[in-house]
Amino acid sequence: MITLLRELTGAYGPSSREEEIRNTIERKISPNVDDIYTDALGNLIAVKKGSGNGKRIMLAAHMDEIGLVASYIDEKGFIRISNIGGINPYVAVGQRVQFHNGITGCVCYEENITDFKDLKLDRMYIDIGTQRREITLDCIMPGDIAVFCGEAIEQNGKFISKALDDRIGCAILIELIETLKDCPNEVVFVFTVQEEVGLRGAGPAAFSIKPDLAVAVDVTGTGDTPECKPLALQLGKGPAVMIKDNRTISHPMVKNALIECARKNNIPYQLEVMSVGGNDAGTIHTAAGGIPAGAVSIPCRYLHRPCEMVDKNDALNAVKLLNAFVMSPMA
Amino acid sequence: MNTETLVKQLCDINAPVGNENLAAEKIKSFFGPLCDKAYIDRFFNVIGYKKGTSSDPRKIIITAHYDQIGMIVSGYEKGGFLRISNLGGVDTKALLASEVIVHGREEVYGVIGAKPPHLLKESEITKNVKIDELFIDTGFPDDVLKQKVSIGDPVSIFSPVISMKNGCVAGKSLDNRAGVAALVLILKELQNVKHPHDIYVVATVQEETDLLGALTSSYALEPDLAVVIDVCHGDMPEADRAQCFPLNKGIPVAIGPAFHSEYTNALFEVAKKERIATQRCIEPGNPGTEAWAIQVSRLGVPTVEASIPLRYMHTAAELVSLQDIENAAVLVARYVSGDIFKTTEETD
Amino acid sequence: MMQKLAELTKLDGLSGNEQDVRKYIIQNLADKSLEHYTDNIGNLIVKGKTDGSSNLKVMVAAHMDEVGLMVNYITDDGKLKFSTVGGIDSRILIGQHVRVGKDKIPGVIGYKSIHLQDKNERESVVKLKSLYIDIAAKDRENAEELVKTGDYVAFDSEPVFFGENKIKAKALDDRAGCAVIMELLNEVWPFELYACFTVQEEIGLRGALVAANRVKPDVGIVLEGTTCADVPKVKEHEVSTVMGKGPSISFADRASIADRELLMHFFKTAEKEGIPYQWKTTTTGGNDAGKIQTSGAGVKTLVVSVPCRYIHSPVSVLDLNDLKNMLNLVSKALHTLPEALGR
Repeated sequence: MITLLRELTGAYGPSSREEEIRNTIERKISPNVDDIYTDALGNLIAVKKGSGNGKRIMLAAHMDEIGLVASYIDEKGFIRISNIGGINPYVAVGQRVQFHNGITGCVCYEENITDFKDLKLDRMYIDIGTQRREITLDCIMPGDIAVFCGEAIEQNGKFISKALDDRIGCAILIELIETLKDCPNEVVFVFTVQEEVGLRGAGPAAFSIKPDLAVAVDVTGTGDTPECKPLALQLGKGPAVMIKDNRTISHPMVKNALIECARKNNIPYQLEVMSVGGNDAGTIHTAAGGIPAGAVSIPCRYLHRPCEMVDKNDALNAVKLLNAFVMSPMA
Repeated sequence: MNTETLVKQLCDINAPVGNENLAAEKIKSFFGPLCDKAYIDRFFNVIGYKKGTSSDPRKIIITAHYDQIGMIVSGYEKGGFLRISNLGGVDTKALLASEVIVHGREEVYGVIGAKPPHLLKESEITKNVKIDELFIDTGFPDDVLKQKVSIGDPVSIFSPVISMKNGCVAGKSLDNRAGVAALVLILKELQNVKHPHDIYVVATVQEETDLLGALTSSYALEPDLAVVIDVCHGDMPEADRAQCFPLNKGIPVAIGPAFHSEYTNALFEVAKKERIATQRCIEPGNPGTEAWAIQVSRLGVPTVEASIPLRYMHTAAELVSLQDIENAAVLVARYVSGDIFKTTEETD
Repeated sequence: MMQKLAELTKLDGLSGNEQDVRKYIIQNLADKSLEHYTDNIGNLIVKGKTDGSSNLKVMVAAHMDEVGLMVNYITDDGKLKFSTVGGIDSRILIGQHVRVGKDKIPGVIGYKSIHLQDKNERESVVKLKSLYIDIAAKDRENAEELVKTGDYVAFDSEPVFFGENKIKAKALDDRAGCAVIMELLNEVWPFELYACFTVQEEIGLRGALVAANRVKPDVGIVLEGTTCADVPKVKEHEVSTVMGKGPSISFADRASIADRELLMHFFKTAEKEGIPYQWKTTTTGGNDAGKIQTSGAGVKTLVVSVPCRYIHSPVSVLDLNDLKNMLNLVSKALHTLPEALGR
C-alpha cells in the first residue's frame, strides 16, 4: 500500500482545488469500475454494479487536504495567508509548503511577536524568496493555496505522511475497488471534495446517488500519546467503527452490521466515540430525507500536521472490514 | 390513566439521542390503542395515523420529539470508572453529584461524583468542569465492568419524575416527554371528535442534535400542515424575561419567520374560542425546534408551534405544570379537528 | 448492619436538627436494656455492657448530623434562598432534588437552562448566592404557607445498593460510623464503654466537646467517614484513601494528631488478625477527635474511618466490605486494648 499512498499523498489537492488528486485516482480505478463520472462540485463518483437484487451502498472518502491560501501579496513579495480547513498556527510555523505549480515557500511569523499567545495566521506569511510583488505575482496569485510537504514513508509498521487525512481513506477505497468481485450489492465509491471546509461535497453527492445506506471512511484521533486527552482509540488496535462524532450519531443498523462483520471475520476493531470533529457522514445522513449512515475511522496521530501517522494493519484491516460489509446481504 | 401517571410513565422510558431504538416500541404502545395504525419508521420515529372523515382529506402532522439528552461511554478508567461524552446539550454544571443508568449488556447503575473541593486547582474553583473531566463510578471491578458495558453504550440520567405542589412535577426527560404526553392526550381527545383531515402524530428522534426525525418524517409524509409541540423556557429568576414563560399563565404560541403567520393566527383564534389562555413566544430566527427543519422540507410546509413552559431545561430537575400539558393538548386537538385549510385559504 | 445503615441515611438530620436520627438509634438498639442519656445539646450517650475486668473508660464516638441547607429568605415569586449547613461544594447543587422543612416539601435547585447561558456563564461556576430552591409555589404568600425561613433542607437521595458491594446514599458521613457503633453495643466489653452519638460535628465539632466533658474518658476512638479521592486524574499522593482497601487509620489531620500508643495498637491488631486496613495519606480535614483530645485534662484519641467517595454530596459511596472490616478491626482492637495499655 505504501506505493499507492506515496502517489496519493504526493498529489496536490487542497479543498476546492482537487483536480490533480482526482485525475490520479481516476486513472487508477477506471479499469475496475462499471461507470465513472465527475459531478458539478468535483466529486469523483465510481459505480460497481451488483450481481443480484441487493442494496445501493455509498462509500465516501474525501480527496481534499487542508492548506494555506495566499490572501495578499505585499510590496516585498511576501505572501499573507489565511486557512483552508483546520490549520493550527503553532503547527504551520516553520513548515515548508508547496503551491499547485511546485513553487515552494517557508511559513514564518512577524519577528516582533514576543509572546507566542499572540501567534495567529494573520501575523504570519509565506516567503518564496522573491524581492518584489511583481516577481511573486509571476507565479502566485491571491487565491492560490499551498499545502504542507512531507513524503509518505513506511516505518515500524506505520505510515507517516502529510495528508493521511484522508488519502489513507482514498487508498482503502482504491484497494477495495481492485479486490471486490461478485458483490450482491451495488457499491458507489465517492471520492468527495471540500470535506475539510464543511463536509460540502458529500451531501450533494448523496442527494444524487440516493443510496440505501452509506459509510464514510476517514481518519480519527487517538488517545495514546503523552499527556493527551483521554480517548479510547489507539494505533494498531484495528479500524474503528464510529458510534458517534460531533456531527453524526451512526444509524444503529449500519453500526451493528459493521461490528457484526468484524466479529464474524475475526477482524480487529475499535469503537469510536468523539465529542469533537465530523466526517462526510455528517452531511450524508441528512441528505435526501435522511440516509442511514455510519463510518469506519482509521486511528491517526498528529492530525492536520505534516507528519500524520497511522498503523498499516489498521488500514489493511479496514479494507477487509469494508469488503466483508459490502459483500453481506443487507436486510 | 391520569395525566400525572402518563407523564411519569413516559419519563421513566430511556431514549438518549441516537438510541431511540431502545424505546420506540414502548412509545408505540401508548399510541397503538388510540389510532388506526401505529408504526415505527427506519429512523425510529413513531407514527400514529388517524384517518379523517373528509372525502378529500389533507395531511396534518403533529410532532413532539421523544429523544432525551444523555451521555455515551467513551472509555474506561481503572477502578471501575467510565469516561463519557455528551449526547445532545448536557450542562455539565448539573451533572456533578448525579445518578445515572448505563445501558450496556445490562442496565448498570452509576454515580457521577466530583473531585473533593480541597483538591481543586485555582482554575477549577471558578471554571466549570468539562464533560471529558467527568467519570461514572459503577462500583464494579474493571474486568466485571468490561463484561457489562462497552464503549458506545448510551447513558441516561436517573431522576424519576416526582410530584410537587400546585400540580407541578419535576424530574428528568420532561423535555420532551411532556410533549409526547400531549400527543397521547390529543389522540384521546380525537377519539370522540370527527375530524375532516388525516392526522399523523409523530414522536420524533434526534431533535437534540440535528432534528433528524423532523427532517425524515416530514420528507416521508409530505404534510400540508405541521404542528410542533415542544417545551420552552419556564420562568426562572435570573433569566432574560423576554425568553421565559410563566407556568399556568397560558400556552406559548410561536411567532416569527419560521412559522406561517396565517395558520398561527388561526391557532390564536381557536384558543380564544375555546377560552384557552395563550402567550406570545417571539422567535426572530431559528427557534431551536423541529419547525426549523420541517418548514423547509421538500417544497415547504406551513408550520405552527405550541409549547409547554419548562424550568431548568436539560437538568435532572426539569419542572412543568400538568395543567399546561393538558391545555396544550386540548388547544392542538381542537385546532387540527377544525376546518383550518378552508379558513386560511380564504384569506389569500 | 447494612440494612440499618440504609435506614439511617434515609433519615434527615442536619446539624442542630438530629432528633429523628437519635430516635431511630434508641428504638433500634438490639439490646433494649442498655442505659442511655440525651444531654441538653442533643448528644445521645449509651452505656455499653461490661464485665468489669478493666478500669479503663473508653468513649467511642460518631456524629449523627449531616450537611445540608437552610432557608434564609423567601423571594417575591416564591423561591427560597438558602445558605449551607456544614461544608458543601456549591458546584454540585444545580439539578438536585431536596426536601424542605418538617413537612418535607419537595423542591429542586434549578438554574437558568444552558440554552440561555452566554459563553462566559457556560464556562463558569455558579456562585452560591445565585442559586435558589423552587418548590413550585405560586408566589411568596403561597410559599409562606408551605415553608418558613429557618427550615432545614435535606437532599432527597435514596440509598441504593449497586455494583459489587457498594452503597450510594447521602450522609454516609457519618451514619456509617453510627451503624458500626450500634453493632459494637451488642458486645460485652472489659471496660466501661460509652457510645457517643454526637451532634453538630459538621459545623465545628460542637457536640463532642460537651459529651467528652460529661464522660471524661481515658480513650476516645472516633469512627468517621472520610475522603476517598481514588478517582481518575487525581494524583496518587492526593487520593487520601482507596475504596476497597479497608478502613483507614489517620496519623494526623488538621484537628488532632493520633495518640501513638493507640495507633500502634490498632495497626498491630490489623496485621495480626489479617484485617485489611490503610493509612489515610493526607492530613486535611478535622473531626470530633479534635475536641475530645483537648477536653478536660486531655484524652488519648484515634480516628478510624471508612472511605467515602463524593463525601458531602447526595451521592456518596462506600464499599460494604470496608465497613465490615472497620467493625471487625475496632472490635478486636478494643477487646485487647486494656492489655495493650496495661490497664
